[in-house]
Amino acid sequence: MLSYTLTVLLDGISYGMILFIISVGLTVTMGLMRVVNLAHGSFAMIGGYVTAYLTQNGYNFYLGIVAAMIVSGILGGLCEMTIYRPLYRKGELAQVLLTIGVVFVSIALITAVFGAFPYPMIFPDHLNQLVDIGFRTYPAYRLFVIVVGAIIAGSLWYLVEYSLFGAKLRAAVDNSNMARAVGLNVNFLFTATFVAGSALAALGGAIGAGMLSLEPTYALKHIVLFLVVVIVGGEGSFKGSFVAALALGIIDTAGKYLIPEIATYLLYIAVFILLLWRPQGLLPPRSAA
Amino acid sequence: MMNDPKNTAPAAGPQMLGGKFSLTWHLLPWVLAIIFYFTAEGYLSLGTQAIIWVLFTMSLDLALGYAGIVTLGHAALFGFGAYCAGIFSIHVTGDPLTGLLVATVLTAALGFVTGILILHTTGVTFLMLTLAILSMLFEFANSAKWLTGGDDGLQGMSIDPLLGVFEFDFFGHTAYLYSLAILFIWFVIAWQIVHSPFGKSVDGIRQSPKRMRAIGTPVWWRLVAIYTISSAMAGSAGGLLAHSTQFVGLSALSLFTSGIVAVMLILGGTKRIYGAFIGAVIYVFVQDYTAKLNPHLWEFIIGGLLIAVVLFLEGGLISLVDKARDGLARLVGKGERS
Amino acid sequence: MSDPILSVRGLSKNFGALAVAQSIDLDLKPGDRVGLIGPNGAGKTTFVNLLTGVVKPDEGQILLKGQPIQSIRPELRVRRGLARTHQINTLLVESSARDNIAVAIAERSGYAWRMLNYKKQWRECLDEAQSMLADMGIAAIGDTEVRHLPYGEQRLLEIAIAMALKPQVLLLDEPGAGVPSTEAHVIHDALDRLPAEIAILLIEHDMDLVFKFAKEIVVLVQGAVLTQGHPDEIAADPEVRAVYLGRSRD
Repeated sequence: MLSYTLTVLLDGISYGMILFIISVGLTVTMGLMRVVNLAHGSFAMIGGYVTAYLTQNGYNFYLGIVAAMIVSGILGGLCEMTIYRPLYRKGELAQVLLTIGVVFVSIALITAVFGAFPYPMIFPDHLNQLVDIGFRTYPAYRLFVIVVGAIIAGSLWYLVEYSLFGAKLRAAVDNSNMARAVGLNVNFLFTATFVAGSALAALGGAIGAGMLSLEPTYALKHIVLFLVVVIVGGEGSFKGSFVAALALGIIDTAGKYLIPEIATYLLYIAVFILLLWRPQGLLPPRSAA
Repeated sequence: MMNDPKNTAPAAGPQMLGGKFSLTWHLLPWVLAIIFYFTAEGYLSLGTQAIIWVLFTMSLDLALGYAGIVTLGHAALFGFGAYCAGIFSIHVTGDPLTGLLVATVLTAALGFVTGILILHTTGVTFLMLTLAILSMLFEFANSAKWLTGGDDGLQGMSIDPLLGVFEFDFFGHTAYLYSLAILFIWFVIAWQIVHSPFGKSVDGIRQSPKRMRAIGTPVWWRLVAIYTISSAMAGSAGGLLAHSTQFVGLSALSLFTSGIVAVMLILGGTKRIYGAFIGAVIYVFVQDYTAKLNPHLWEFIIGGLLIAVVLFLEGGLISLVDKARDGLARLVGKGERS
Repeated sequence: MSDPILSVRGLSKNFGALAVAQSIDLDLKPGDRVGLIGPNGAGKTTFVNLLTGVVKPDEGQILLKGQPIQSIRPELRVRRGLARTHQINTLLVESSARDNIAVAIAERSGYAWRMLNYKKQWRECLDEAQSMLADMGIAAIGDTEVRHLPYGEQRLLEIAIAMALKPQVLLLDEPGAGVPSTEAHVIHDALDRLPAEIAILLIEHDMDLVFKFAKEIVVLVQGAVLTQGHPDEIAADPEVRAVYLGRSRD
């Protein structure tokens, strides 16, 4: 029984880590720029495809991930500077329409290049094995995901709380007009966070391909999940996203083990009720609290 | 308002614009639809699809275009209506009109209840709540295989002849005229509503909720009302889909469907009932054509178009129509004064 | 003397540590023309928002025709006869000037829920709206979309909409704001033509306008009533002068 519980917990945490890695960029962009970015999943998808393509052609998996992060980061930066920037001053409708447009384009391009079917990711052998973790053997892949997620969360936490960049970022999330007024280069900050967010999404898309499999509709299929993490955690709140992502991962996984029939829609009912109860999310950043 | 005699002094000018052309304009789409029926036999099922999408788009226009309710969950209402009609035909009776009425009323009820819950929120929270409802229904339909057939879709429907006489034939003659008739009824209702005092107040809420509160408008209730009407309409469109294809797939409840209907609305132009006709018909037929060339070309075009519209055409394609209308109004105004 | 139609008793509101309304008392009788002045940040607009129900008071009572209204929703206060104009335009910019007034009339007459069979009623609304425009001296702009109107006419329209609600109490929140001084007299003339029997509270920055229009002036400073009296007394009051002069230096 205990071993069963622990297994569910580990599965849930690893899934939650993926959700966190992908969504954290979205948290910052939505908190900072107030843009409903439905296209965030596209950057994760592109990252996954780039890595999968490289590994299928014999390149090293980790090298593939780095390449994917660079590609998605650059694409994200270019998008921010060209098509997203005019959005900051427009309403939700414009944001929704444009970012859905980006999703459609990315789906069409991925399909044109890689085909409409799921695209397999070739993980290195050492991730495909089972490891003995005391009470049972467990897939090395999932442990790897947990470790990477923990490292990312830890370093982001350090960066945001203790670095100068983090201080600027927090100031800008709390009040971007004020940040502008005291002379922060908000435009640069926006681009930088967008690049970083897209690169992290690519990382999540690549290592998460074992759980969220790669297919052209990936960008649309999972975006609600990523948005839920952001909104439930509270827009612009790192801690909130981390908690929300892990909770979502664990609850969803446990639900699928225990009550597979109804788990997924119970999850959305819970999200629905939570949002009615706390429209600002669980842990909103200070300004919104 | 279109037919008011000229002797009641004040309202002239743009208010009356269209008075002279209105009959022609009003007849045009319906005449074209009838001509299509007699000349394009092989395309009737495609035509039926177009009609259904017109109705669905029109429903979104009421909520998004007129009332300014920015939702991503409209497919929830469409799909809900489709499943209601389908399930009803399997378990209760195959009579299409009864089924359509049931689908419409149930979807209106869904819209009313969810509207009451979510319409006091705005912005991103509202968007997320609509997405949550959509995902909830999608996942429910996906897992409740005993009821909906899961991801195989709802099959085994059998629809009785319309009015007990007209069989739903393989070529889709009945389905086409049936859908067209329902669209016509809804069109008349929608046209009445948007030109009514109620419609004007809803349009006012989109422009300035603050102003409307200051003149004593119960903003929230009025939004709930228009959202419920819009839901009923979307439910009807879904019901028609179920009846005409005798199949309901999960995709009816997907975010993709919400996206497509938004595209159709923006293409055709919001806040002008006929915009739905233009947008949906162009979308369905051009998509059908390009899909034969390359199945993904269309997604690319639509995506690119959306980006371009937001960036380069403030307010969407609608602004082109607005500019044309303003220009025309000025011309007509000058003509009347001179 | 008639009874007050609007009575405010001990109205208080804090935003955190900031007291924006401190135990304000005020009476308005039918036909009153009261000016509410005070330096920036004195809480004038907050006071209007408290009266109309946009902001909820922490303490105190608002009586309209003897009935407490401080806990009812803004739109119900409007229907009981309390109308306001806005400092910054909230007009329906995509609608015609006449439609702007007509929706208010429809709301007042109870037609605003009509979806079917409304031609006659809407026609009445439009006709009445047009006559209100004529009363304001702007009959020609009926068909013009509000966004194409010059600012002065938008301000007049704003007043016309409030009047369309047939209020017994009218709160005018800076009706002259942003109007060039050469056109200020147009606003003043319009205010002068308002029906004598309604009670009007004028919140205004433009001292010229206030002193010409008001028969009584209330001075608000830091959310509290500093003094109250005839315009001449206020103009001569050294305390009021100190407040204004003190403020104008920074």
